[in-house]
Amino acid sequence: MATTIEAPYRRKETLESAVIRFAGDSGDGMQITGSQFTNTSALFGNDLATFPDFPAEIRAPAGTLPGVSGFQVHFGASDVHTPGDAVDALIAMNPAALKVNLGDLKPNGLLIVNTDNFKEQDLKKAKLEKSPLEDHSLDAYRLFPVELTRLTRAALKDLGLDAKSMDRCKNFFALGMCYWLYNRSMEPTYRWLDDKFKGKPVLAEANKLAMKAGYAYCEATEQFQTSYEIPPAKLSPGTYRNISGNTALAIGFIAAAQRSGLRLFQGSYPITPASDVLHELSAYKQFGVTTFQAEDEIAAVCAAIGAAYAGQLAITTTSGPGMALKMEAIGLAVMTELPLVICDIQRGGPSTGLPTKTEQADLFQALFGRNSEAPLPVLAASTPGDCFWIAFEAARLAVKHMVPVIVLTDGYLANGAEPWRVPTVDELPKIDVSFRTDPADFLPYERDPKTLARPWAIPGTPGLEHRIGGIEKQERTGNVNYEPANHERMVKTRAEKVARIADEIPDVVPAGDPDGDVLLVGWGSTYGSITAALRALRARGRRVGHVHLRHLNPLPKNLGEVLRRYRRVVVPEMNLGQLLMVLRAKYLVDAIGLNKVQGKPFRQDEIEQKVEEVLG
Amino acid sequence: MNATVYTRKDFQTDQEVRWCPGCGDYAILAAVQSVFPELGIPKEKFVVVSGIGCSSRFPYYMNTYGFHSIHGRAPAVATGIKLANPELEVWVATGDGDGLSIGGNHTIHMLRRNVGLKVLLFNNRIYGLTKGQYSPTSEVGKKAKSTPYGSVDRPFHPLSVALGAEAGFVARGVDVMQPHLKGVLRRAAAHRGSAFLEILQNCNIFNDGAWEAIVEKEVRDDRLIALEHGQPLVFGKNRDKGIRLNGLALEVVSLGNGVTEADLLVHDEKNPNPAYAFLLSRMETEPGFPTPIGVLRAVDDAPRYEDLVANQIAQVQAKKGAGDLAGLLHEGDVWEVK
Repeated sequence: MATTIEAPYRRKETLESAVIRFAGDSGDGMQITGSQFTNTSALFGNDLATFPDFPAEIRAPAGTLPGVSGFQVHFGASDVHTPGDAVDALIAMNPAALKVNLGDLKPNGLLIVNTDNFKEQDLKKAKLEKSPLEDHSLDAYRLFPVELTRLTRAALKDLGLDAKSMDRCKNFFALGMCYWLYNRSMEPTYRWLDDKFKGKPVLAEANKLAMKAGYAYCEATEQFQTSYEIPPAKLSPGTYRNISGNTALAIGFIAAAQRSGLRLFQGSYPITPASDVLHELSAYKQFGVTTFQAEDEIAAVCAAIGAAYAGQLAITTTSGPGMALKMEAIGLAVMTELPLVICDIQRGGPSTGLPTKTEQADLFQALFGRNSEAPLPVLAASTPGDCFWIAFEAARLAVKHMVPVIVLTDGYLANGAEPWRVPTVDELPKIDVSFRTDPADFLPYERDPKTLARPWAIPGTPGLEHRIGGIEKQERTGNVNYEPANHERMVKTRAEKVARIADEIPDVVPAGDPDGDVLLVGWGSTYGSITAALRALRARGRRVGHVHLRHLNPLPKNLGEVLRRYRRVVVPEMNLGQLLMVLRAKYLVDAIGLNKVQGKPFRQDEIEQKVEEVLG
Repeated sequence: MNATVYTRKDFQTDQEVRWCPGCGDYAILAAVQSVFPELGIPKEKFVVVSGIGCSSRFPYYMNTYGFHSIHGRAPAVATGIKLANPELEVWVATGDGDGLSIGGNHTIHMLRRNVGLKVLLFNNRIYGLTKGQYSPTSEVGKKAKSTPYGSVDRPFHPLSVALGAEAGFVARGVDVMQPHLKGVLRRAAAHRGSAFLEILQNCNIFNDGAWEAIVEKEVRDDRLIALEHGQPLVFGKNRDKGIRLNGLALEVVSLGNGVTEADLLVHDEKNPNPAYAFLLSRMETEPGFPTPIGVLRAVDDAPRYEDLVANQIAQVQAKKGAGDLAGLLHEGDVWEVK
């Protein structure tokens, strides 16, 4: 019976989910490889979460440990909330990548190694005494040694490319292998390559050939006996796309501009990991978007303030160090009561810190970073796709309440991706904006009795000429005023204006148990890990709830009541306990922190363990 | 023409002016308030933006739109306003500390981009609002509150800075020379690109006589040279001195003894080479040279930043059509889940 076309020893195994990580040198194209695998899996219908992890240096010395770049993707047939605690399959392009990443590979995990990069010199760069391929240190894994470089060159030998160009395709050989292993179509990547190398068809061809060769290699060699299938996830019906946090944030602002009828203005200065928002928006000029790459962070926010004054939907995007520079100007926006959205894509700090790593330690900066009493609304996105909705909500609040709004996301959300259900235009509420035009009885600081917002009176409007600025205002007239009682009233009014926003924040409804032993309270990008941990804990019979805050100032009105429904409150944060301190101060609740500042998101099991520990 | 006819009063506010009695800022305010009505521009189109300092109180006294921002940042705020609405007439009031020290970066980049703003830099060579510290234009050896033994800092020459930053319009006026000041204000108003106007201004409290050595009536004819386009560079009470080009340097010459006006430099504010205006801006650094006032450079051929930005948007819209929100939301690979 040796005539079957499919080799008889081959079998397909169906899995609920899988986690794979591509790891190599920062010049090896691991981010592209991972993104392609992600996109293909999203189109296939899997739910997924990603974790790109790359060094701050553009090209650390090749082959060294600091130069290792990795991209992890968790894809599944049911809800996927995290990039995965441990890895099912690791693709290691060199010894350094193997050394850095091996610890996260599950026992008996699948390990593909490019053996062509394991020469003495390569081992030395990775500070390895001897080759792990030979010392049995990899015996706990299913090791697949592959001559990736040689095989790629062989596949491309007829294209007339030099060796360097051929070697740059070896990541696509690895990608082709993974497509075979997980039974994925190569079509979406073909399309991407055609588009990417529009002007250089030979490079598109080379990468396609390398990918096909990788696929065929798995098919032909007897090394691989099993391939895997991860069926599509049962997501709620709708149209989906795969989206990263920074893209979602950018188009969220365009959507808000379109639904408000305002022109979008972005003042920004390049900074990791926020620059992509500037890149995205600068490409959308057909939406009338003005992007201003300023001379520095301060000019970026000040120009946005000027644009807001002149009647545009103004935003500024940055990360922690840039936030620090912008703070005086944000205080000016508080004082002049102009609508402005400030996005802080948080990264590890303080100072330059860990530019490419994630952290959520700018909450205090957002809440309290300005001189004097300068409260403003602070929102935080929970997932990459949620960045869209948070951008939209921030813009809506800013123009409705005439107030600067801070949006917090982080490097993990910014670069991470997930399938996102695309809303229809009608699902996006219209944002009502009315500029003051009537000169009769106009006073620049007369307030809306409900929201306390002042009128938006833009230059060019006849009869409304007035002056604003950073000096304390007289109530109603907005004239310079130094009277003690007036100042106190104005300080309180500005605070009250922000506090009243709580009237339109929905009450929190805990996920999981509505009361019980432990309430997990999170904000920002910890959403996925907490959600996954909650599910596991409840499956074990623990009575646990989860509240994830999108509004960090003002806080939802019923939060205090919800906190008291549980015996203990645990607050996981990628900082040393910032929301924790706010909750303890505001609600006098004896909450417990779970804190991690390693530039990496929480693993699900870290949260589970903490809850178990608290439960005793 | 049915445009409103304005008078100086239309540009005055009901706010009490709070500069020290005798401050040079009053004269500048008066000059601006008398020039604005002449410009034929609807009042609501004017926006006066400032930073922090004595000069930056200016917007409160101008009955136009006004924005008193934060220290040094007026050019950035004004750039945002101008980008949002290029139809507005945006004037920046700043000082030597505000515009050249804390805000120096914004000043040079605003000029580099050629944003269509008019910048009035009040130069009194001192920090007045903080009560008397030396500024980036204070002379070496300046004894001030923070320099009891004299300043060791080398000063900036604002016009040289502006020229180095690619400014197309660079001029200088003097607070106590009203007709001349109004003239350069009119010239600044007419310039489409960035216009940089330094105004020598006295601080009678913390730096009294800041410029008296050159602007006092008795000496100004010998110490100042009023530039006029197309005219030879002549100065002196008896108009008996002039400026001649010698190699790459300027020299002061006395007319007579074979030297005639024909030997002198003829002022050319439209000279495409900024090196010429730069030479003029350096005269004050040399002993025996007069300080130039008037328009050093007026080259208005560079496109304005706000126009370039708007044109680029228009071009993309013409090519791609106005953005479609549904299309944006569905960009890239999408799939249906039933």
